[in-house]
Amino acid sequence: MYGKGLLKGLSVTFNRFFQSYLEDIRWLVKKYPKVEFRSSKDTRGTFTVEYPEQSVIIPEEFRFVPFLVYDEGEHGEKNIRCTSCGICAKACPPQCIWIVRSTDPETGRPVPQPAEFYIDFDICMNCGLCAEFCPFDAIKMDHDYEISSYTRNLADKERLMKPASYYESIRPENFKREETAREAKAAAKAAAKA
Amino acid sequence: MMENELNLPEFNIPEELDGKVAITNLDRLYNFGRRSSLWPMMFGLACCAIEMIAAQAGRYDMARFGMEVMRPSPRQADVMIVAGTVTKKMVPAIVRLYNQMAEPKYVVAMGACASGGGPFKEGYNVVAGIDKFLPVDVYIPGCPPTPQALVKGMIRLQEKIDQQSISKVRWYKKGADSVEIAIPFLGPDLIDPRRIQDIKEAANELATVNTAEEGAA
Amino acid sequence: METTTTTFELDKTFPGIVMADTRSGYEGYLIPSDQLLKVCADLKNKHGYDLLSSVTGVDYLSEGKMEVVYHAFKSSGGPALVFKCQIERVDPMEMPSVTSIWPGADFQEREIWDLYGIKFTGHPDLRRILMWEGFEGHPMRKDWKEAFYEEEKKPLKSRWPQGNHKYAETKTPYGDNVRFDAGFDPEKWVPTDPEEALYTALKKFKTEVKDGIQTDHIIVNMGPQHPSTHGVFRAVALLNGEEILSLKPVLGYLHRNHEKIGERNTYIQNIPYTDRLDYFNSMYNAWAYSLAVEKLLGLEVPERAEYIRVIMGELSRIQNHLILFGMLWNDLGAYFTPALYAFEERELILDIFESVSGSRMMCNYHRFGGVVRDVNPMNMQKIKDLAFDRLPRKVEEFDKLLSENEIFVSRMKGVGYLSPEDAIGYSVTGPTLRAAGIPYDIRRVNPYGIYDRFDFDIPVRHNSDLLDRYLVRVEEIRQSIRILQQALNTIPEGPIITGKPSYQIKVPAGEAYGRIEHPKGELGFYVVSDGSANPYRYHIRTPSFVNITSLEKMCVGTKIADFVTILGMIDIVLGELDR
Repeated sequence: MYGKGLLKGLSVTFNRFFQSYLEDIRWLVKKYPKVEFRSSKDTRGTFTVEYPEQSVIIPEEFRFVPFLVYDEGEHGEKNIRCTSCGICAKACPPQCIWIVRSTDPETGRPVPQPAEFYIDFDICMNCGLCAEFCPFDAIKMDHDYEISSYTRNLADKERLMKPASYYESIRPENFKREETAREAKAAAKAAAKA
Repeated sequence: MMENELNLPEFNIPEELDGKVAITNLDRLYNFGRRSSLWPMMFGLACCAIEMIAAQAGRYDMARFGMEVMRPSPRQADVMIVAGTVTKKMVPAIVRLYNQMAEPKYVVAMGACASGGGPFKEGYNVVAGIDKFLPVDVYIPGCPPTPQALVKGMIRLQEKIDQQSISKVRWYKKGADSVEIAIPFLGPDLIDPRRIQDIKEAANELATVNTAEEGAA
Repeated sequence: METTTTTFELDKTFPGIVMADTRSGYEGYLIPSDQLLKVCADLKNKHGYDLLSSVTGVDYLSEGKMEVVYHAFKSSGGPALVFKCQIERVDPMEMPSVTSIWPGADFQEREIWDLYGIKFTGHPDLRRILMWEGFEGHPMRKDWKEAFYEEEKKPLKSRWPQGNHKYAETKTPYGDNVRFDAGFDPEKWVPTDPEEALYTALKKFKTEVKDGIQTDHIIVNMGPQHPSTHGVFRAVALLNGEEILSLKPVLGYLHRNHEKIGERNTYIQNIPYTDRLDYFNSMYNAWAYSLAVEKLLGLEVPERAEYIRVIMGELSRIQNHLILFGMLWNDLGAYFTPALYAFEERELILDIFESVSGSRMMCNYHRFGGVVRDVNPMNMQKIKDLAFDRLPRKVEEFDKLLSENEIFVSRMKGVGYLSPEDAIGYSVTGPTLRAAGIPYDIRRVNPYGIYDRFDFDIPVRHNSDLLDRYLVRVEEIRQSIRILQQALNTIPEGPIITGKPSYQIKVPAGEAYGRIEHPKGELGFYVVSDGSANPYRYHIRTPSFVNITSLEKMCVGTKIADFVTILGMIDIVLGELDR
C-alpha cells in the first residue's frame, strides 16, 4: 500500500504525543521527582527541565571556570592555599593565567603567596588542566555557570577566591579524598620528625 | 510571572483580580512586549552553535521565554547570538548581516571565542572578539557555555531591555534610526575602514624604524 | 598494537631511484621530485596502493628543505606506505602534482600551496583554499610570525613569575590581531578581486539564443549564512535552469589555525584543542592523537583504559549518527521533529559524558597512556541501562519513524551516485565508501586498540546513492550497540593510565601517523617530533576535508535541491573541515 511508511512514522509521533499527556496525569497522581525521572532511562513524554525554576542535576566532575581555594583561619582570616608556583600558568593551553609572585620587601626573596592572580574568562577553555596539575589543591574548577555579564570578564584575585567549605559542598568525594591524603602526609611528616 | 513584571510595584492588586488586572505605565508595557518575543537569528559559527541548538531543543526549550523560532534571515530576527569563533574571512559577512537587521536589535556574544577570542586568540585568522566590530550587549563566557548558562544570559538581556525607556531609545529620537557599521574588507590582512588612519601612521612608523635600523647596521 | 611499517620494500622495487629514510625515528622512503609521477603510477596500477590517504607538507627550516609526505594504503587493507619528496627551500618551489593519479589529493595540495607556498605543476586549479586570495604570506612556514606572536614555544615567560596582565592587543603596533608590511597605505592599496579566480575556475559561463529567447547560465552562491549548510560553508554553483553544471566549494570561514597553535603548544596542551575539531565527537578525536604520540613514546595502554576508550567511542558514534539523521531531516523539510527525538537521546548520552569527564562536549578525557579518570560503578550502571535497554528500543523506533517514508525514499534513491573506483580515487573514507560496496573499515582492516577482540559486522551496500549511505549508518548504530554490550560485559578492573601524569613530557625524535575509524571517515594525526617538549609538525587529516573533494563529482547533473541532501549526507562538520 502506498503511504504505509508515512503512516508508520505518524503512528510513532502520535504515540509520543499521547505519552506526554499520560505522563502529566501520572505526575498529578503519584508526584514523583520530575527532574530525576526526566534524566533517567525511562523518560517518556515531555522531556523539559524548566530552568530557572528547576535545574538539571549537575554531576560532581562538572567543570566550568576555575577558582582559588582558601582555608578559613580561627579569626576569620583567609589563608590562600596558592603558593604561586606557576604550574597552572605553565599547564594552561591558551595561557590565560597571569601570576605575580610576591617578594619579601626587606630581603627581596620570593614569598610563596600570589601578589596578583588574573584569569581571563574570555580566553579560558574550561579544560581543567590547571586543577589537574596543581600540587597544593589550590585551584579547582567551579560549578557556577551563571556568570554572564554586560562587560568583558577578567577575574582578579578577589573575585577568584572562594572558601574551602564551598569547595566541599560542590565536590564532596574529591574533598574527602584530598583531605585524607593531606592528613596522612601531615601524620607521616610528624612521625618522621619524632 | 506575567502579572508580577507588568504591574508597577507600588500598587497592590487584590487577590481575586490578581492575574487579570495590572496597573502599569507605557515604558513597562513597551518593554514587556519586546522582551517576551525576541527571535534569535540562527547564526551559529562553531561549537557553541550546537549548544545553542540544544538550548532550542527539548530539554532546555528556549521557546518558553518567547524565543520561539530561529530565523536565518536577518530581516526577521531581533537578537543576533554570535556563537563561535569569529574569523577574519567571515567578518565582512557578519557586519553586513548586522547592518541588515531592523531596529531594535541586540547582540549577544556567546562563548569565550566571541567574547574575547577564546583559546584561538593568537591565530592569524581569528578576530579577538566580536566587540571589535559590533556593539555587544551581553557576554556569556564558557567554552562552550552550557545551555543553562545561555538561557541565563538571555534572561540578563531581557533584564537589560527592561531598563530601556521608550522616550530615550535611539530609533524614536530625532536623527538616524540606526547606526550602520562600515564593512571591513580583506586586503593583505583584515582592514577596518574606521581605523585606516591608525594603520597608516603605525605602518609609517615601522618603516622609519626599519630604515633607521638598516642605516645603523 | 598495529604496525605502520609495511613489509613492501619500495627501495628494492625501484633500485637507484628510491632511498629509505634513515633519520632516526622516521620511516618510509624518499623519492626525488622528477621521478615522483612515474613511481606513483606504478604504485597505484601495479602494486595496488589505490587509496591515498594523506598529503602533508613539513617545513625543515634549519636544513633548508621543504618536504611533502604521502601516506598510501591498499583498499583491501593493510598498513601504510609512507613516502616523501623533498625540495630545496628556495622560492619559487615547484613539485609535480599527483592529482592525475589520485584525484583525492586535490584539496590537500591546495592547502599546502596556501600554507607553505609549494606550487604543484599539473594541478587543475591551484588557488588558495583556507585563506583568501590576496593574503600576504604563507602562514605555516617556520619563519612567518603571526601578529600576537610572543615566543616560539609555550609555556610563555610573560605569565609567571612577573605576570602582570596586559591585553595582547595593547602589545601590537596596530592595536589588533593584524600585521601589515612597513609603509603600507590602505588608501592607496588597489584591491584585486578575490572572487575572479573562483569564477573562472567554474565551467565556462555561456549565454545562447534559442528560439529567439536569450538564456544564460546562472551563478548561485549558497553563502556562508545558510540554514542548511551545517555551518559556515559556501558553495558556488553554475546552473542551467535547475541542473548543476559545475560546483566549487569555498572553505576557510572557520579556519582557526589549529596547526600553527599546535606547534606552539606542548603535547598535552594539544589535547583540549583536539576536542574542538569535530565538536560532536570529542571523545574520539583525542584517541587518534594519543595513538600517534604513544607510538613515539612507546607506551602500552592498560586493559581497562582500552575498554573505557572503546565504550566512550562507540557511545560517541551512536550520538553522531543520530544527530546526523536529525539535521538531515531538518534539511529535507521535516522541521525539527526527528531532530528533537535525536536530541533527546543525545542528551542522555551527554549526561554520561558530563559525569565521567566533566563537560558535555569538550571532554578532554584521553591522556597519553590511558584516560584521565575512572568510570565509577554508578556511571557504569547508567551506561549499561542505555546500552541494554534504551538505545536498542529507540533505534528501532527511529527506524520505524523514518526509513520507509515514501517522500524520503523518493528524494534519496538514485541521487548522488559515486562509483566505487571514483570513491577510492577521491580518497573517500567512512560510510560513503562502504555504501559504494567496499568493505573498508579501519577497525577491521588495520585494527587499533582492542577492536580485534569484538564480534561485529561491517555493513556494506552496493547502490552508492544517498539512501544506501543512510541505511549503512542505521546498521552501524546497531553494530555499535553490539560492541558496547560486549565491552560492558567483559570490562576488567585495573589501572587506567601507565606512568605518572605530568604536564611536561619530552617525546623522542621521530614521526608517527595515528589513524582511527571516526564516525565520519578516517581521522589521522601526523606528528613529527624533534626531541623537545613541543611538536615540530602537527597535522590533522580530517575526514570532512577529504570527503568534500568528491562533492563536485556527486553533484554534477543533479538538481540544485539535491545539493542540500548530498551535502548533508557526506556528514561534514565545519570545525574539522577548516581546522
